[in-house]
Amino acid sequence: MAQTATRTKPATRGTTKPRRGSVRRGGRFAGESPELLQDYFYEMTLIRRFEERAAQGYTQAKIGGYCHLNLGEEATVVGLMRALRKTDLLFTNYREHGYAIAKGIEPGRVMAELYGRTTGTSKGWGGSMHMFDVEAGLLGGYGIVGGQIPLATGAALAIDYRGGDQVVMCQMGDGTTNIGAFHEALNIAALWNLPVVFVVINNKLGMGTTVDKSSAESELYKRASAYRMHGERVDGNDVLAVRDAASRLVEQARETGRPALLEAVSERLKGHSVVDPAKYRSEESVEQAKQADPVANFRAELIEAGILDEDAAVEIERKAQAEADAAVAFADDSPHPDPSTLFDYTYATPVANDSRRLPADPVF
Amino acid sequence: MAVITYRQALHDTLREEMLRDEDVFLIGEEIGVFEGSYKITAGLLKEFGEKRVRDTPIAEEGFVGAAVGAAMLGLRPVVELMTINFSLIALDQIVNHAAKIYGMFGGQTSVPMVLRTPGGGGQQLGATHSQNIELYYAFVPGLKVVAPSTPADAKALLLASIRDNDPVLFLENLALYNTKGEVPDVVEPAEIGKAKVSKPGTDITIIGYSRMAMVAQQVAEQLQADEGINAEVVDLRSLRPLDRETVVESVRKTGCAVIAEDDWLTYGIGAEIAASISDGAFDYLDAPVRRVAAAEVPLPYAKPLERAALPSAESLTTAVHQTLEAVGRRR
Repeated sequence: MAQTATRTKPATRGTTKPRRGSVRRGGRFAGESPELLQDYFYEMTLIRRFEERAAQGYTQAKIGGYCHLNLGEEATVVGLMRALRKTDLLFTNYREHGYAIAKGIEPGRVMAELYGRTTGTSKGWGGSMHMFDVEAGLLGGYGIVGGQIPLATGAALAIDYRGGDQVVMCQMGDGTTNIGAFHEALNIAALWNLPVVFVVINNKLGMGTTVDKSSAESELYKRASAYRMHGERVDGNDVLAVRDAASRLVEQARETGRPALLEAVSERLKGHSVVDPAKYRSEESVEQAKQADPVANFRAELIEAGILDEDAAVEIERKAQAEADAAVAFADDSPHPDPSTLFDYTYATPVANDSRRLPADPVF
Repeated sequence: MAVITYRQALHDTLREEMLRDEDVFLIGEEIGVFEGSYKITAGLLKEFGEKRVRDTPIAEEGFVGAAVGAAMLGLRPVVELMTINFSLIALDQIVNHAAKIYGMFGGQTSVPMVLRTPGGGGQQLGATHSQNIELYYAFVPGLKVVAPSTPADAKALLLASIRDNDPVLFLENLALYNTKGEVPDVVEPAEIGKAKVSKPGTDITIIGYSRMAMVAQQVAEQLQADEGINAEVVDLRSLRPLDRETVVESVRKTGCAVIAEDDWLTYGIGAEIAASISDGAFDYLDAPVRRVAAAEVPLPYAKPLERAALPSAESLTTAVHQTLEAVGRRR
């Protein structure tokens, strides 16, 4: 049976008095800047449109391999990224297109990576699961479930070693909380007071297995208590709730060096990856995910609160579509890597006798 | 020039590199308060403090992965894995992450990390604590794997490994820690990927690495003294990259070869060397290439069984004699 998400209270951080130019009426948007709310809507819509174009590119065979989309998780993605400074570092799993965009990478470069082009985030070497950009602070998408967790802990160790004030965020899915690396890395982060916020996106499905079939404690934030770490659960369909919870934990990590675990309860609108028709899902679960669609719901809420009218919403959607289309055009126009560069990235420090043999070449 | 142990050479190098570069730090099980299971890190916690000599929980995947993450941000962690047997627990972080990060992100970040770890049998430690599984790592592009056999090489290769921007698996062997050798007062970093002709000769080539390179050297000197057999010894020193040229050049000169390895025969390092000789020196061979390797069993505890399973100076000498008889060169 699927877990029911519990919505956390609105932000308690900072003043409750409306700021100048902020929404004055009561309700959950009180004190928020209308421009910022519109901006969140734009970014969530952009990620939705981008992922729709990615799915299309896959069916056109312009994108190969695996392709895990963020459809249904846009509120979590945008909320989490708004809690980070540009200099903060992010490690993700393989479902990272939206994160790359929301962390500040040009959508064109993200699409170009999916297309395997030299202009992509990893010059075509990574693909969907392995995007990377130091400047944006994305230290990688990783394809092995949980492989990124010790790495993120080590990055936080390096920050602590050098006395920096950055925070590391480490994103993962609900299925990840059962692997050894999760427990080993959380234990080490807590022992050594490392500034890392572990974020579990609980969409209640690890591929096709539900969270209650795979996790003995399916309220995943509670696992933090085993490491004397603060754990918290938030409604992943509410961009503001995610932003506020993540901001609190990120700033707490920045100030105290203490790690924390945040669980964002969310929904997956489609299958595990583009090729997964999700036949294992009940009609009820699919319907629940549709009802929880964070992009559609946020749009309706903004209109209801008078922050957007229908025309303005359509205009934002038109802009998002145009940017997603431009990303596709950029990827389409970008060059493929030249096979002569095949041996460029085996070693950072060249050494004697490194093999540069092609499949049919003789050894001597 | 001082004569010191292999253990001392490793200790001195770690200390000197930590003094030279603030980014170099040590991380591993029992390396601080306990001063290392094999005492390589003795005294370093006292000198450098907990920040730079970091005792870890018994959680290889966690702390090896943390070292990889720290290296991605430019630190230079030197990890001590208590034995290579435990590296299997960290295999995902070593093979899927340390080795791949430079390539899969298009060269945007590298992993300047050293994984020091002893392997080998002969101490009656039983099947899970006596393995030579360097092949698992030598197979992987993106990793560098070095296996020095002398104190001087241990120092030169550890210097090179710490200063290298890639993940280096630095193989030690329990049997080598107390061996002694001359180490120059000033040692330059070795060139990773280069083998060494540790004894020039003309009659036969003996190829080894780590403990078996040391044994090969002893056997060659003994054969020279006792029988006037002039064997050439090639110490591979680096298993990835592999210096095929030096091996082939030697076999082209001598016309026959024996490979000595502590790992298992089938698919072992020696198989790759034999294939290289076939590729590069087939027309020069006067006899089939022989391999001296461990018996293909989980290494037993009982002393007579363990002794029978491991290659030794005697088994290597026998193989050299048989090869020379085959080419009609035995005097």
